[in-house]
Amino acid sequence: MTVPPFQGFYDQHRDLVWRFVVSLVGRADAEDVFQETWLAALRSYPSLQDSANLRSWLLTIATSKATDEHRSRNRRPAPVDAVPDVAAVVTDPADDGLWAEVRALPPKQRTALAHRYVGDLRYADIAVAMGTTPAAARRNVYEALTKLRSTWIPNETP
Amino acid sequence: MDPERDTVTDDTVTDDDLGLAAAATAEPAPERLTERLLAAADAEDLVDVAYGVVDAPIGPLVVAATSVGLVRVSFDPADVAVADLGRRISPRVLEIPRRLDGVRRELDEYFAGRRQRFEVPLDWRLVTGPFARRVLTHTASIGYGRTSTYAEVAAAAGNPQASRATGSALGANPLCVVVPCHRVLRSGGGLGGYAGGLTTKQLLLDLEATA
Repeated sequence: MTVPPFQGFYDQHRDLVWRFVVSLVGRADAEDVFQETWLAALRSYPSLQDSANLRSWLLTIATSKATDEHRSRNRRPAPVDAVPDVAAVVTDPADDGLWAEVRALPPKQRTALAHRYVGDLRYADIAVAMGTTPAAARRNVYEALTKLRSTWIPNETP
Repeated sequence: MDPERDTVTDDTVTDDDLGLAAAATAEPAPERLTERLLAAADAEDLVDVAYGVVDAPIGPLVVAATSVGLVRVSFDPADVAVADLGRRISPRVLEIPRRLDGVRRELDEYFAGRRQRFEVPLDWRLVTGPFARRVLTHTASIGYGRTSTYAEVAAAAGNPQASRATGSALGANPLCVVVPCHRVLRSGGGLGGYAGGLTTKQLLLDLEATA
């Protein structure tokens, strides 16, 4: 089966990609990652052979763009003197709380959580998206949850 | 891994005691992101087919263009027309109304009785076969307010016997209204057929007779 027209694909997955990248990189950087994800998807869309697993395929691209964003952020000088500015930027709830904790986890763990709880993928699909096995995908989720349960205090933030 | 166990946990998110799904942003993607994306995609030449919908007095028309020119004017519902474009040209079909501003303006003028010929560049790629192409090229030269017959068009396309093939070629005209297949009638004056329905064909003929 060939791939559907891109417009319908975009309409169906636009909000999913948005929630996914906000979860993985935070609100401030999400717009660029969103744009890069869809441009990359559009570039390789005609070479797709069939329409199975389009959702996993798309979230794989989003993950890769989010990882690029994390890397480039880590290369930027730490904003030690810019604490007031950083605080002023944090206005969106998506930049605070539980998913901010998730973003501090190792890449594989935070990615697995985003696939599972935002992408709503099955472990078999997470495995495809992350190029790993279902067992490893499940382990990543499990380890991430264990860590979060030990550090996350629900009433910490308003 | 026990596949059954996998299915059970996959069907119901039993392990989300932290509320991760609920804590993720519920905000839909901001509208301006779509505009920004389309502008970038267009600039990078990643959109093979751009389409829009023109509100015409005869009903909504789906219009589509490639980098070559106008490739489709369709009476079909948008989802049907878009699926067809995706299959026949490229799956990279996106709604970019401003890419169709030229033909929209010309169609508006035509339906207002202020335009007698279309000037936007055409992309003929959806015309299949040389005979159909000759039929439609000839049809494009039938003047505003005039009519011809299937037999005349068949002869002009080089095969006077091929009235039926001419009818098929006109019926498959991908550029309705702009390539005026509504100006081709049966010998003897019958309306013949029309992709947009015979009422629409008559409306177009009436428009051209009175404007």
